[in-house]
Amino acid sequence: MIEVRRHRAAFCADCFLHHCREQVRRVLEKFHMVEPGERVLVAISGGKDSLALWDILLDLGYVADGVYLGLGITDYSDTSLGFAQRYADGRGAKLHVVDIPAEHGFGVPDAAKATKRVPCSACGLSKRHLLNRAAIDGGYDVLATGHNLDDEAAVLFGNVMQWHVDYLARQRPVLPATPGFARRVKPLIRLSERETAAYCVIRRIDYIVEECPMAAGNKHLRYKETLNAIEERTPGAKATFYLQFLNQMQPVLAGVADEERASVGECTRCGSPSTSEICAFCKLVERAATDSLDGR
Amino acid sequence: MRVHLHNPKRDLEVAGPLRVNELVKRLGLTREAVLVIRGDSLVMGDTQLADEDDVEIRPVISGGAR
Repeated sequence: MIEVRRHRAAFCADCFLHHCREQVRRVLEKFHMVEPGERVLVAISGGKDSLALWDILLDLGYVADGVYLGLGITDYSDTSLGFAQRYADGRGAKLHVVDIPAEHGFGVPDAAKATKRVPCSACGLSKRHLLNRAAIDGGYDVLATGHNLDDEAAVLFGNVMQWHVDYLARQRPVLPATPGFARRVKPLIRLSERETAAYCVIRRIDYIVEECPMAAGNKHLRYKETLNAIEERTPGAKATFYLQFLNQMQPVLAGVADEERASVGECTRCGSPSTSEICAFCKLVERAATDSLDGR
Repeated sequence: MRVHLHNPKRDLEVAGPLRVNELVKRLGLTREAVLVIRGDSLVMGDTQLADEDDVEIRPVISGGAR
């Protein structure tokens, strides 16, 4: 049995799995995330969210392959790839592996050092670029990521704290395909991370439980702690905060998102969509290479 | 009972019997942030844990770049 306090419900194992699949199915349909016959590429980290998402999409009958990005975070990357590969092998699913150090000559720790960014920032930038590239190069229609309700509520909290209007406009469950960009979808937005973890335990999906060593002190972890303290006293607060943002605020912000999309050009080096001459990822590659040559 | 914790990995001995919610509270954790697993099954907040039980407190919060 597992209790889900925001639904004032306790589920047996079978009913809980049905509940999770239904939450994902509702999101996929409501936001028209995947059309019939489309191929989905799922971003797989080896963690609970991405493996639960992959499992649910396959169970719902979608054609879904996985892509794993090796981030060069020493043992952590090797371990997380192991979980991803074992799931793929056990399920008979196809997993693409992109190793950033082998293909680009640097790992996330090097990139963070070279650019003086926090590691999660360099990591996020690399993931956005390379996952999109993998989807485009592989001919996939849709890139699906395992962002859950807690992730989205924490990002929203951070964006509201600083009134980042452009970021708020971009925070949507579906980012439509545009030239150079695959459609990006977040089918787990109605499931908390406690639910995705419970899903994996019940389904006997082994995933990496340990936290990424680079994420310690990350501000989103602090936001999640804050939101969980509110949720403890007011079950359902996180879902209301995020889902009402989608209902009430996203329509108001649509014009901002349209303006931003209209300003996107092409990176002169890699051809990826970019708002400047050279995209942020190419600048990152350049700085990491310079840093390496300098032996800094 | 033996309690296995993560981040960092460590084990604790806690005297039972004790309800799951009380154990979580005593460890300074919030229910939203963890799952409690006995053997290979999830246990609910009002479950009474026995002194001889072996339980895992598994964190569910993941952070970093998503």
